[in-house]
Amino acid sequence: MTINRRKFFKVLGVTGAALTIGRELKAAPTGKADIEFRGVLYDSARCKGCHGCEYDCADANNLPVPEPAKNMAPVRKTSETKRTVVNEYNTSKGKVFVKMQCMHCNEPACVAACLTQAMHKTQAGPVIWRGEKCMGCRYCMVSCPFDIPKFEFHSPNPKIQKCDMCYNRLKTGEMPACAANCPNDALFYGTRRQLMSEARKRIVENPKLYVDYLYGEHEAGGTCWMYLSPVPFKELGMKTNIQKASYPALTKGFLYGVPTIFVLFPALLLGIQQATKKDNETGEE
Amino acid sequence: MRENYPLTTDNDGKSVWKFLRDEFKPKGKLFTPFNIISVPVIILGIILIVIRFWKGIGAITNLTQEVPWGLWIGFDVVTGVAFAGGAYVLTFMVYILNMKKYHSIVRVTVLNGFLAYVFYAGALLLDLGRPWNVINPIIGNNFGVNSVLFLVAWHFLLYMIAQLIEFSPAIAEWLGARRIHKILSGMTIAAVIFGITLSTLHQSGLGALYLMAKEKIHPLWYSEFIPIMFFVSSIFAGLSMVIFEGTITHKVFFKQISEKNHHAQNGIILGLSKICAGTMFAYFFLQLLVFIHDKHWDLLNTPMGYWYLLEMLGFVFLPMILFYYSYRRNNVLLIRIAAIVTMLGVILNRLNVTVIGFRWDAAIRYVPSWMEFVVTLTVIFTEIWIFRWVINRMPVLRDSPSWAKEDN
Ligand code: SF4
Ligand code: SF4
Repeated sequence: MTINRRKFFKVLGVTGAALTIGRELKAAPTGKADIEFRGVLYDSARCKGCHGCEYDCADANNLPVPEPAKNMAPVRKTSETKRTVVNEYNTSKGKVFVKMQCMHCNEPACVAACLTQAMHKTQAGPVIWRGEKCMGCRYCMVSCPFDIPKFEFHSPNPKIQKCDMCYNRLKTGEMPACAANCPNDALFYGTRRQLMSEARKRIVENPKLYVDYLYGEHEAGGTCWMYLSPVPFKELGMKTNIQKASYPALTKGFLYGVPTIFVLFPALLLGIQQATKKDNETGEE
Repeated sequence: MRENYPLTTDNDGKSVWKFLRDEFKPKGKLFTPFNIISVPVIILGIILIVIRFWKGIGAITNLTQEVPWGLWIGFDVVTGVAFAGGAYVLTFMVYILNMKKYHSIVRVTVLNGFLAYVFYAGALLLDLGRPWNVINPIIGNNFGVNSVLFLVAWHFLLYMIAQLIEFSPAIAEWLGARRIHKILSGMTIAAVIFGITLSTLHQSGLGALYLMAKEKIHPLWYSEFIPIMFFVSSIFAGLSMVIFEGTITHKVFFKQISEKNHHAQNGIILGLSKICAGTMFAYFFLQLLVFIHDKHWDLLNTPMGYWYLLEMLGFVFLPMILFYYSYRRNNVLLIRIAAIVTMLGVILNRLNVTVIGFRWDAAIRYVPSWMEFVVTLTVIFTEIWIFRWVINRMPVLRDSPSWAKEDN
């Protein structure tokens, strides 16, 4: 039995080793971040909370028309009928508004999670959902750190609902509906590089107005949707515990370990099997 | 004992049909306590499943947008598969390490494992919102190869095939198909090796599913080592299930088990308890290392912290000591108790990662609806029905027919 147990732990050791080897690899760059993704810079200092973008979004995506603005609760969540919401917070600098929607991560957790490639990161930047592929497993919802994909729990033919940055409009050269219609210029559409330099410019020109932080520059490995704010982001109900590295990297270690195990294990097992075959008494104590 | 083997004694086809027709008739008493409880539950469950496909998942579950995976994934799939781990551990011991002593329980364990995969992993289909697209990742027009779920799903599928091959000699013996029996028996080792490899990967893969939910799982349960934890705990989860299941089958199917195997039973249980104690020690130690490494001392003095301590001390450390102690004392009854405590601990652990600790901070907590429980019970009961059906017909617990012995 002692021999058996030692062998047993050897097997365990190999698993562990394979997993750690995998973990070293996870830092390898994917190169994705270098592509010129498009995105939107949202400036809460400019947003007046008119909720216009919510109506434009519903209109552009065939969703039910939101309730009148005066009936809206100050803080809401996006849902299967609302791809975006504008929330209102009482902060250290008075009322501040913040718009929520999919962040269109550079390396999206939802895309890495999806086993059918229904969630897809387009070259242009938007992360889109393709119903003809999706099997409704909701693993994208489990994985998204921003809790963005929403599922139609009450439909026999349920869809995943989330902002797709108006991908169909982008294809025809238009801007996302919200960015195109914002009366207060709170939404600035452009390449990620443009967004960053614009954001820097605004902070430098108006250091008293903004906190010196661009939300989305590094969150979750960088996102296409970025935020400027006059108050710390915590006060706007935004998730501040998001890791700065990409989320798919968390599973890469495991996934890299898989081929290793597939090669090592059968060989190892066959070896042990041959070795013990001759000695049939090993089973006895 | 049945002595005529239709495929060999008479091959004109007629008797095969007659044989199958006889075999499909129910055997044994109809009004057993198990039947009286399980039949209404199964009927109710089927009605609920119809409602679920008709009105959507939300009609019978309490799932929320924040907690999109509930009891059906957390218990049926994640916990159920852990309990089915006994099959790969035992095949490893018997076929790879050649521990002949455990040979008599391999078949029943593999059967149990196979059915568990078919039903518990099959429960995954109930949870899919758009199940008609399940074919996409299988036929290969959409391979999400970066997805852990893709890996897990494929491994489930392949492992079911491997287990079916491992079990297939029993089916051949039932049908009396000698030539096929020989071929199938020859494939066992390959299937076993393939199966163990797959099991290692998807047992840990089930843990890896939750790696991206980093901030959503309570820090006492989240670590990058979830996959290793899930793998190690699947060893003693599976073996505890083997002990538990053996206890029951030896009572229920008493007549089928030979005198010799009845006597061997205690020795087997003692041996398994030693392995359980060993792997649980490794597991406990790993958990301890992770805890010290992550330095969550402050969290211990919170309600979730007490819950964590209960799991670690009451449902890992305690049964580990019990296994060890009762092994030294040759106390089979105590081992059975330890196995049950261990199983409760594994349920607790899997649910803590997947349901209880998942979004522990959400404003609206997810609590499964009674209908989710009924569907879960339906899955379990149906599995037991099929299990019993097979046991009563094929040489799983009883000895193989003499002609089959030389193939093994
Ligand atoms: S915010 Fe969530 S849904 Fe949007 S791209 Fe990132 S991971 Fe996907
Ligand atoms: S629910 Fe659909 S989009 Fe989301 S991970 Fe599953 S298959 Fe992909």
